[in-house]
Amino acid sequence: MKQQTISQLISSIKRGEISVVEHIEKILEEAKQTNVMLNHFNIIAKDSALKQAKEIDAGLKTGRHKGKLLGVPLSVKDCICVKDIESRAGSKILSDYFPLFDATVIAKARAEGAIIIGKTAQDEFGFGTFSNNTGVGFEKPLNPVNPKRSCGGSSGGSAGFTGATKFAHGSLGQSTGGSIAAPASFCGVVGLTPTYGRVSRYGLIDYANSLDKIGSIGKTVEDAALLLEVISGHDVNDSTSLQEKVSGLSDLKPSSDLKIGIAKDFFEGCEEGVQKECMKAIDKLEKAGSKIEEISLPLNVKYGVAAYYLVSTTEASTNLARYCGMRYGLHDKIEGSFNEYFSNVRSKGFSQEAKRRILLGTFARMAGFRDAYYLKAMKLRTKLIKEFQEAFGKVDVIVNPTMPIVAPTFSEIEELSPMQEYAMDLCTVPANLAGLPHASVPVGTSKKMPVGLMITANHLEEEKMVKASLAFEEVCK
Amino acid sequence: MAKQTVDKKLLLKVAANARLNLTEKEVNLFLKDFKEILKAFETLDEISVEGEKPSFQPIQLENVVRKDEVEKCLSQEDALKNTRNKKDGYFMGPKAL
Repeated sequence: MKQQTISQLISSIKRGEISVVEHIEKILEEAKQTNVMLNHFNIIAKDSALKQAKEIDAGLKTGRHKGKLLGVPLSVKDCICVKDIESRAGSKILSDYFPLFDATVIAKARAEGAIIIGKTAQDEFGFGTFSNNTGVGFEKPLNPVNPKRSCGGSSGGSAGFTGATKFAHGSLGQSTGGSIAAPASFCGVVGLTPTYGRVSRYGLIDYANSLDKIGSIGKTVEDAALLLEVISGHDVNDSTSLQEKVSGLSDLKPSSDLKIGIAKDFFEGCEEGVQKECMKAIDKLEKAGSKIEEISLPLNVKYGVAAYYLVSTTEASTNLARYCGMRYGLHDKIEGSFNEYFSNVRSKGFSQEAKRRILLGTFARMAGFRDAYYLKAMKLRTKLIKEFQEAFGKVDVIVNPTMPIVAPTFSEIEELSPMQEYAMDLCTVPANLAGLPHASVPVGTSKKMPVGLMITANHLEEEKMVKASLAFEEVCK
Repeated sequence: MAKQTVDKKLLLKVAANARLNLTEKEVNLFLKDFKEILKAFETLDEISVEGEKPSFQPIQLENVVRKDEVEKCLSQEDALKNTRNKKDGYFMGPKAL
């Protein structure tokens, strides 16, 4: 049976062919069963989801059936606050934290009729590429195509469940350096990351403020685009959210008019099977009439990873300073001085990778090192953004493989040193550092695992990103 | 950037600043990691950023201010909902002295 898209599900609901409660019961049951083995959820919010579903069914009976996401089941990355549902960003240090409010994206999705079914597994605070850096006491989410392999990270549970479910469903993910694109690529689903500031970060548990973006994950470009359209827009509660008008993304058609730039330098660091599948997709689009041109981003390829890890760990180390076992999250018996108590709770609550990044970031902004590391990276960032802007003078979108490899096995991951793991973000960090909207669209398979193509557009040009994504999706069907 | 090596003394200073207690095993692990990671960061020495302004945000943002007026906020009771350490309507913390 062909799987329903979100818009098909909504049509069925509006026509009265499907009861929202029944649909939600089915997907909750599926989530419960698959979670035993695949660990895509940190929390399944059964009671609140069913309550929401009943309310929508009751509304439908009285003729109230509006909403762009009417009755649509939505899973949410753990780092996005959902009122009264434990929200831990995958970390032990946020144990028992029940937000008193919904993040703006959740409020917007609910206002359109979406139903929150649970919080998805992730690398602790987003600190990872493979969802293997889960917090103390959390299980790693597994790839739905082959459970011996990683889901990718850090929005691993979101992409994993989107790939695993038989039902129409969408997921909210979050990307700092590629955490939507990477798992979408590894799980064979679509991930859309907007321009920095396009989507409000109010209610997002921060990793790195100048890099974090909430975005969408869906089985199809249309599903993910609809979700992104709903959550986009200015928010008075986030002073970094952009004022610019949001254009419609859900009713766009594939376009072969766009000029596609192939970022050749990114291909060189990728394994052969991945390169091949991405080139095949590009060739198909060229045959369908698109103009293709090679472009080069040498500075981004060479310096992107180092600049990104300096900026992101520095910002992370200040953000994570707030977790100290007092106002919320992990608590302990109050003993010793402030410093002793805070250090004790923090040392128990953070996993190894979180400690590593806190230490790196604290080091990079210490007196004596700040100019050489953090400020240098911030200035270099300006140069890297300029390099992208020049390229967008020639082409509409830039394409390259999302990840240099297909989803690795966990034993392969164990052999990587932290720096080797960071280097796996080679293709995704430049667009994230520059705050550019980007998609990952499945274009083929290698080693029986999905391969994703990354499509990057200029600031605020989500429309071009979606049109090109639809075009690639169509030629790769 | 000058070639920077991080020894045990400096690592423990960084950890103290970050309010983290490290086990001996963690000290050895992170010393090794720092060596490799800082070496990779040295590639930044090759490129000049002279004349560039830092991008604290990736996209041009305007400062946003609101009127200095009292708005609705969390009640004291709600603000204390997520803590176990409280007393008489206040957060209770460790000794300051």
